[in-house]
Amino acid sequence: MVWTKKDLLALEDLTKEEIEHILDTAGSFKEVSTRDIKKVPALRGKTVVNLFYEPSTRTRISFEVAAKRLSADVINVNIETSSVKKGETLIDTGRNIQALKADIVVLRHKHSGAAAMLARHLNIGVVNAGDGWHEHPTQALLDMLTIKEKLGKIKGLKVSIIGDIAHSRVARSNIWGLTKLGAIVTVCAPKMLIPVGIEQMGAKVTNDIEVALKDADAINILRMQFERDDRVNFPVQLEYFKTFGITKERLEKVKKNILVMHPGPINRGIEMSSEVADGEHSVILEQVTNGIAARMAVLYLVAQGK
Amino acid sequence: MGLLIKNGFVIDSANKISEPRDILVSNGKIEKVDKKINNKTKNTINARGKIVIPGIFDMHVHLREPGREDKETVYTGTLAALAGGVTQVLAMPNTDPAIDSPENSEILKQIITKSANCNVSICAAITKKRQGEELVDFGKLKSNGVVAFSDDGNSVDNQEIMDEAFRHAAEHDLLIICHSEDKTLSKKGVVNYGFTSTRMGLRGVSNESEYKRISRDIELAKKHNARIHIAHVSCKESVGIIKKAKEQGVKVTCETAPHYFSLTEEDVLGYDTNKKMNPPLRSEQDKQAIIDGLKEGIIDVIASDHAPHTENEKNIEFDKAEFGVIGLQSILSVCTTELLHKHVLGWTDIVEKLCLAPARILDVDCGTLSVGKNADIAIVSPEQDWTLDKKQILSKSKNSAFLNKKLKGQVWCTIHNGQIVYMDKE
Repeated sequence: MVWTKKDLLALEDLTKEEIEHILDTAGSFKEVSTRDIKKVPALRGKTVVNLFYEPSTRTRISFEVAAKRLSADVINVNIETSSVKKGETLIDTGRNIQALKADIVVLRHKHSGAAAMLARHLNIGVVNAGDGWHEHPTQALLDMLTIKEKLGKIKGLKVSIIGDIAHSRVARSNIWGLTKLGAIVTVCAPKMLIPVGIEQMGAKVTNDIEVALKDADAINILRMQFERDDRVNFPVQLEYFKTFGITKERLEKVKKNILVMHPGPINRGIEMSSEVADGEHSVILEQVTNGIAARMAVLYLVAQGK
Repeated sequence: MGLLIKNGFVIDSANKISEPRDILVSNGKIEKVDKKINNKTKNTINARGKIVIPGIFDMHVHLREPGREDKETVYTGTLAALAGGVTQVLAMPNTDPAIDSPENSEILKQIITKSANCNVSICAAITKKRQGEELVDFGKLKSNGVVAFSDDGNSVDNQEIMDEAFRHAAEHDLLIICHSEDKTLSKKGVVNYGFTSTRMGLRGVSNESEYKRISRDIELAKKHNARIHIAHVSCKESVGIIKKAKEQGVKVTCETAPHYFSLTEEDVLGYDTNKKMNPPLRSEQDKQAIIDGLKEGIIDVIASDHAPHTENEKNIEFDKAEFGVIGLQSILSVCTTELLHKHVLGWTDIVEKLCLAPARILDVDCGTLSVGKNADIAIVSPEQDWTLDKKQILSKSKNSAFLNKKLKGQVWCTIHNGQIVYMDKE
């Protein structure tokens, strides 16, 4: 297929074919990282700017590595020392980056819709590296790449997403992406962390961890953000682990080849035990590796978009 | 000296006129309305094919003066009004300073005298600084010419204070306009609560936050047999509650805004901050309930809730952007596009809701084409297709929810006090 989009903002916006095309492209880029010289000239002469308004280690490094392996020049903007601290608006910052003749902006922002807004105002490509509670499309792409690689397909698989669904952009992107590719998605959390109307996105809902685990081919465990200050009755950590935490005991009762995923960073002993995080089902570090290929594919494709 | 409007189709709901009529205007007043008027006046407007209605009374307008002249002024706001066929507005009091004292209403009056292009009625606050704590001096403000009271933008949370406000209102026969919103329920919401808020990853504003407060406000008004007007009704349950109250004989009236019967939460999905307002755009079902409410006469008035905000306040992250959209220049066109041409309301009902009902509710002498009244008239090209372009907007702020939207029906000419004050160039 011919890629036409200059931006990657949300998996909600993409067709099944477009998502598959990104995954196929990612599949072919994966080999690059296994080479002795880990570089292809695909984006030589292009400039990628990482504009991160929220702290991030994994995603920012992953984008940087991905861009560098495509031979792009990468600039990381440190918000702490930038004009943003002087009150510059997001659009103005974006326009300046565009005026510096960058080709792609990778944006991480705490407000939902920030990437969409920036993309509307810029002619250069915008890749959403997570906006508020809205979407984190490259995370879902790397999750899907991992499932596909490990289990050979996505269609017809049962995938459960467990944890703070309400505030999770990872959950939203995964639901859109996985359901478009034909997976059966269940979300599982305490009632207060299930956002209203989520079933209209195509996900089943349960508050029972046993239900979420039963027959699941893969589980994606989300980070519990106990630092959130805006919730009343947020479950206490220990209580949460008891009711929803993924333990070896719980996994013994389910499918033998179940995949255990987590977008990181992990709260060991809260959403999952250390044993599980480091155990035989865990593909958490492989997800990180796949993140490079998924982001290489995205950068490569949006660079071709108009 | 005079002005003759010939061959137009006149809609004057108050006088039950809905047929071709000529209108003769002289000395700023309507002198004669008749089938054929032959007068040797130099100024004749040929209104063949046009609809001639009373000037619109938009009873929910934020002119922002004094205090926020960067958003709008009385001058620019009323200029936009005229281009929208609006000849009378009710200015809301959430200015800086708020219109919460005779002194402050005097400041606004002077600005109006100096710079208004159309008639401006004043709505004062219910409480000092609109903080919901201390009532204003209703009596003095009324004798100073204030026609209604509202803390618009805020709801008076304290029930005792609202109770007291309605007691005063009943005593002095004042109209209280309620911005009914329970902020403990709407919290920091920015879009409709439900699938939309979930899908967009934004906090939601529930219908409940609106209709629960409407229930409370109506109860309090009922207790004192006071008049109450509910501003910007946006959801299904609210329409039901108001219907019931009307059946029980409560002196309640209400308004909705054009965006609530023309747009839905789906229109916000692109994070366009020009679709961000309070209350938010609701579901398709709510929109239909608003349309039904207009049809059944439960919703008395259509008012724009014209809320200008600068580019700086709108062209930012959705969460951070101000609530509100402008609407003076598009109010009639949205009504013709969505109500007239979709056979929801006929002209007589549209004129009732845009012109006559606000005049009756606020007891202002306008909204009709009766002989002897001020000649405030709008002439409309009912079939005109057009698209609202930023450049056409006369408001200081350009935050319209209808930018680049195809509309059918347009104000062609506006007459205020017998003078042609706006004429479409095409």
